[in-house]
Amino acid sequence: MTIKVENLTKEFDGRKVLDNISFNVEEGEILSIVGFSGSGKSTILKILCGLLKADSGNIDISDGDVAMVFQYSALFDSLNVFDNISFALQERKEFKNKYTQDELKEIVAKSLRTVGLSGIEDKFPHELSGGMQKRVSLARAIVTKPKFILYDEPTAGLDPIASTVIEDYILRLRDETKATSIIVTHQMSTIQRCSDRVIMLYDGNIVYRGTPSDLLKQNTPYTKQFVSASMDGPMKITASGF
Amino acid sequence: MAKFRLYLKQTITYQLILMFLRHVREFFETFGSIAYQLVQVLKYIFSFQINFKQVMEQSSRFAVDSLPITLSIVSMTAIILSMQVAPEMVKQGGKDYIGLLVALTMVREIGVIMSGFAIISMIGSAQASELATMRVTEQIDAMEVLKVSPFKYLFLPRVLAGVIMMPFVVIISSTVGILAGGLTAMTAGKDVTWLCYTTSVWQGLYIRDINIMLLKSACFGGAISLISSSCGYSAEGGAKGVGIATTKAVVWSFVAIVIIDCIFAVAFYF
Repeated sequence: MTIKVENLTKEFDGRKVLDNISFNVEEGEILSIVGFSGSGKSTILKILCGLLKADSGNIDISDGDVAMVFQYSALFDSLNVFDNISFALQERKEFKNKYTQDELKEIVAKSLRTVGLSGIEDKFPHELSGGMQKRVSLARAIVTKPKFILYDEPTAGLDPIASTVIEDYILRLRDETKATSIIVTHQMSTIQRCSDRVIMLYDGNIVYRGTPSDLLKQNTPYTKQFVSASMDGPMKITASGF
Repeated sequence: MAKFRLYLKQTITYQLILMFLRHVREFFETFGSIAYQLVQVLKYIFSFQINFKQVMEQSSRFAVDSLPITLSIVSMTAIILSMQVAPEMVKQGGKDYIGLLVALTMVREIGVIMSGFAIISMIGSAQASELATMRVTEQIDAMEVLKVSPFKYLFLPRVLAGVIMMPFVVIISSTVGILAGGLTAMTAGKDVTWLCYTTSVWQGLYIRDINIMLLKSACFGGAISLISSSCGYSAEGGAKGVGIATTKAVVWSFVAIVIIDCIFAVAFYF
């Protein structure tokens, strides 16, 4: 259950967003991908889960289901929490008619309990807070027992306490599901608390690889600028982001 | 030469040609994606992977929600038509043909096309904006990651609902239109009786006309749902993208049903 990415390249309108990126994620590991906006972090996730096609390069995701937690939860707003979480189980070919309604109810209740929410099956996404929506999104991701979980800025737009709660659940899910995970984030707290390893992207290239603690200690111009959130450094603002 | 090229690029003619070519490319891109999505929908229909719950839900929205506005538009058109022609036909001695004229116009053309316009403005635009919102809020991406085909879950129920429900909407609205036309003719035209009107309705109306009307309306319903869903599905950006997708869906659907109408007219009445 490892992820191996080799020489991944992706261009948008002639601009190279990813330029020969290579990295791997070991079984049960959490890798954080950091970098300023527009550095290609989310593009990597979208390629890994099949939403985008790479221009070149190899991706080896050993046999297993890939789940993704989206930046703004992406819950289906016309469905209630129960239908959102059981969506894949009700609609996916391999799960269709596999579970009875009672079994589905039990699975959804268990998923909700895992993320610390119970009894909200009948609520609709607009009735939930941002943090709750994120947790329902986590519950939806784990319901098919995926081997890989991709998180796209899981704590974006949340207050510090809600962010901590989400970080706790990311760690708990890793421990319970043994899933291999990739987190795309800007938040230093998420990087420090959740990741085993970190890679930093800039201008389509990996400019740092290491552990979260080394990220703070490293004295390279890129890491220094990122950690101090400074405008002075090698990473420059361009029209398309950083 | 470089200077000339630079000058050329700044001319209005060059810009207009560029704009025209961009529109031509966009047209073929949209047409291609609609054709591809139609193939996907047909693939799921023929492999009988149909979510009947969704089809029922979409059918209810398609027919029930749109019926009041469709009835109003078609009836008003029939009333206006009858109001305009009834006095003239009575003057010319053709009072026995008013029903025939109104019924033929309703069944062959106005009932279907006006219902189509009403459905586009009410249902097509709603479908396009719904899917466009799902696209820009990553709900469609989430669906794809969950390995559920948007063509199966979103497109198929809408297209099937359009194909199944549009004939019902057209039958009801055309019938109400013909009846409204009759009441108007009795008021507007001297000596026009209800019996005279209804007798003339059956004089010129054949089962073939009704069959063609049903077939045409099924095509209209399917085309409106497919185009609206397709435009919503291809939306990009935020709120502006949703607006653009909705406008595009309405414009493309209008053009499509006029073209389909033209094809039917040539195929069956020319």
